[in-house]
Amino acid sequence: MNAQHPLTISQLRRAFAEGKTTPEAVARAACERAHALQPTLNAFITIADDATLAARLTELAGASQASGPLAGIPIAHKDLFCTTEFPTTAASKMLDGYRSPFDATVVARLKAAGAVTIGKTNLDEFAMGSANAHSHFGPCRNPWATDRIPGGSSGGSAAAVAAGIVPAATGTDTGGSVRQPAAHCGVTGLKPTYGLVSRWGMIAYASSFDQAGIFARTAEDCALLLQAIAGFDPLDSTSAAVDVPDYAAALAALATERPLSGWRIGVAQAFLAADGLQPAVRDAVLAAARCYEQLGATLVDVDLPRAELAIPAYYVLAPAEASSNLARYDGVRYGYRTAHDDDLFAMYSRTRAEGFGWEVKRRILMGTYVLSAGYYDAYYRKAQQVRRLISDDYCNAFAVCDLILAPVTPTTAWRIGEKSDPVEEYLADVFTIGANLAGLPAIAHPCGFDGAGLPIGAQLIAPHFGEAKLLAAVHAYQNATDWHRAVPPVAAW
Amino acid sequence: MHSKRYEAVIGLEIHTQLTTRSKIFSGAATAFGAEPNRQVSWVDAALPGTLPVLNREAVACAIRFGLAVHGTIAPCSVFARKNYFYPDLPKGYQISQYERPVVSGGALTIRVGDGANAYQKTVHLTRAHLEEDAGKSLHEDFHGMSGIDLNRAGTPLLEIVSEPELHSAAEAVAYAKALHALVRWIGICDGNLQEGSFRVDANVSVRPRGATTLGTRREIKNLNSFRFLHQAIEYEIAWQIDQLESGRAIEQATVLFDPTKGETRVMRTKEEAHDYRYFPDPDLLPLVIPAEWIARERAALPELPQALAERFEASYGLSAHDAALIVSDKALADFFVATVEAAGVALAKPCANWLLVEVLGRLNKEERTIESAPVTPHQLAALVARVSDGTLSSTGGKQLLAAWWAGDTRSADELIDALALRQVNDTALLEQLVTEAIAANPKSVAEYRAGKEKALNAIVGAVMKASKGKANPQQVTELIRRALAS
Repeated sequence: MNAQHPLTISQLRRAFAEGKTTPEAVARAACERAHALQPTLNAFITIADDATLAARLTELAGASQASGPLAGIPIAHKDLFCTTEFPTTAASKMLDGYRSPFDATVVARLKAAGAVTIGKTNLDEFAMGSANAHSHFGPCRNPWATDRIPGGSSGGSAAAVAAGIVPAATGTDTGGSVRQPAAHCGVTGLKPTYGLVSRWGMIAYASSFDQAGIFARTAEDCALLLQAIAGFDPLDSTSAAVDVPDYAAALAALATERPLSGWRIGVAQAFLAADGLQPAVRDAVLAAARCYEQLGATLVDVDLPRAELAIPAYYVLAPAEASSNLARYDGVRYGYRTAHDDDLFAMYSRTRAEGFGWEVKRRILMGTYVLSAGYYDAYYRKAQQVRRLISDDYCNAFAVCDLILAPVTPTTAWRIGEKSDPVEEYLADVFTIGANLAGLPAIAHPCGFDGAGLPIGAQLIAPHFGEAKLLAAVHAYQNATDWHRAVPPVAAW
Repeated sequence: MHSKRYEAVIGLEIHTQLTTRSKIFSGAATAFGAEPNRQVSWVDAALPGTLPVLNREAVACAIRFGLAVHGTIAPCSVFARKNYFYPDLPKGYQISQYERPVVSGGALTIRVGDGANAYQKTVHLTRAHLEEDAGKSLHEDFHGMSGIDLNRAGTPLLEIVSEPELHSAAEAVAYAKALHALVRWIGICDGNLQEGSFRVDANVSVRPRGATTLGTRREIKNLNSFRFLHQAIEYEIAWQIDQLESGRAIEQATVLFDPTKGETRVMRTKEEAHDYRYFPDPDLLPLVIPAEWIARERAALPELPQALAERFEASYGLSAHDAALIVSDKALADFFVATVEAAGVALAKPCANWLLVEVLGRLNKEERTIESAPVTPHQLAALVARVSDGTLSSTGGKQLLAAWWAGDTRSADELIDALALRQVNDTALLEQLVTEAIAANPKSVAEYRAGKEKALNAIVGAVMKASKGKANPQQVTELIRRALAS
């Protein structure tokens, strides 16, 4: 590892402890780097200015946060999390310039742990998309190939970590929006169990799927971040009242020889035989499977018979919830309002026509349609039933295995503008949506490259609240492999 | 007014504002009358990223109501979103309950009419569900624009839906009043109609008498007084009958009642009706009510009006009418119970008479409620005791009441002496007054002797007048009878 290699959280903590650098120097360097790469990547919507950064560093120095587990660690938040220090836009014209009077619980907890936010990252508008192409602030670009998408919707966060701007960033995962960009950008991305991390202050897309997640360079760092944000929040009624385990301890408990001995990892043939799965991706995932085997795990076949129903079910339910969640953007109280507001109907329709982008409008229309009188039973209710069956399939699969191994994406990152049909983009989430339908935790980690040098990710899925196992398995994998250490050309400086 | 050939069918949907301190899904206060937009939390204003958290006190109110009407309290009910756009609806949806309400079934027994024509009727309830109120749009004083006040947004409501079992405006009003009394009785709603704490929507249809299918209904929205409820339903029934008689079909519609014109007018027709796109609210888990919670609320519930009325009839010998009147208001019933406690059960009936006729009469005339009565149950009990033991005539009793009403704080016995109210029971004195009265009223004497019993009253009256109301009227009557019999 050369000296300019981007540092992990663990390495930064050591550097702080040894007095080799300071939180201020690291935060300022991160902001400079974010600015320097902004024309190339467009990973940020807002980058902290000097005053904001200075205020935060002063606050940090004087508080108990200074000894927090993430003290002085620079991070970035997906611009879907409400922050008092920065505007919160959801990458939408509708909320351009909007400033929240409160911090999201995730933001507040990371602050309390000592993290220093250096900016808000780009995303698909209201988290709707798999490419970070649908942003009012322009598309974000993949650090490995800047003519390609970074994945989405949390593309900016994935790109910022991959490019070495920050060691960690937050994201949200409704249908794969953390895992898919993590795979395309060659970083580690965790989507926790639905309910483990509070949704308070996270702008809603599809409430029964939305889950805050994290990006980092290693599973070890993900464990530190998850420790800070996980746990019950009385402000979120769907937040789970569970004890949060010690994730770092779970990683430390792994044996050095054959650490996964006794673990059963399920491989779903339905996924590996899927149409449109690139051979390079299949080969890399199969190689990862063999690696897990070498680490002591037993591979077992698992059956997910209704896997192909995941996308249709998701694209009924998620837009249905979105159509209702986005009704509050009406021009009445905050955010964008049309100039043509002489009568109420015109104000509503023009505000929403002008304030939302096409993908958001498409999903609002789909959602409104499936909830309409006469269609509810055929679409919404049926999709809920399918959701239940898919959950049951996962439940049955976990009767014979501890974790399920799957690809994250069917292909590596595509070129910006290459997919013009929205359904093509929807199909890119075929391997990730199942975990959202079932509310399961899942992690994406780098496991290879295709012929063009684009990163490939592997995915592990666990039973509810099985984050410790996910992180431990990937930690063992990352101790045995180097894929996660690779840095994109843009990160060499 | 009604054609005898038609029958009206009416069902009521009543929105009761629950008396919780904070809103149903946020911590903002619910007090009425604050400056606009001063009781609005981030959740109420639907800021991005906010989430609802259910106020358990609102659920407790729903449980108490379910118990009071002997309905079924769902062990698991579901909050749903009712989607529509309106500027005073910040989220673009109202959180309500749709397919699985917290209370279903139940019934309420009502008394309709007065005197000999009065009858009892049991009205069944369809359901009662929890929901949040919207804000208010203010269309005046904004120079052609509208103002939005979100203070009311998120205030908890229990919407109580009756079966279409009411057949006249009188029945609808009797039901609404009984429900009004009940929700106040169990302390879940202050019942303030002017402030909108109790709002009635009436679904009205008519059909040929004997028909088994329902006619097309029109819904009269937002009636906030019992008088308007009565007027609006009367008008609507007559209007619908007139339409049918003229060969016109009724179109399903939502209508508003204009109290100044005394008419209903169409707000929107079925074609213009919203498709609310109800679906379960993913931000809220299903509402699970364990049996222990229901048991706790049951234990805290006061004796219910119907049970109390039955007890008044059975143990105190009150008439059904008086019993029903006393339990129509919890404060009145509390006053009565306290009076009887002080006077003794044997005097329960005169206590009821004095309370309902004299005390309530004075209060009604002054448009005051029992809470502000200038007499206490103890004073009224002392008054009733002194009348029944003959110390006071009823006229004397009224004078005593008047003294208290005017603010005198002395005790009954002190006032009886101070105001010389003691009834005259001295036979010799009374006999002299009787003799004088007989002499002065030869016409009445002749009539009485001719068999006209009522003629006696004039002579009794003369004696009472001569004694300045202090004579014992029973004793006087007896003395006159004896004098005239000889």
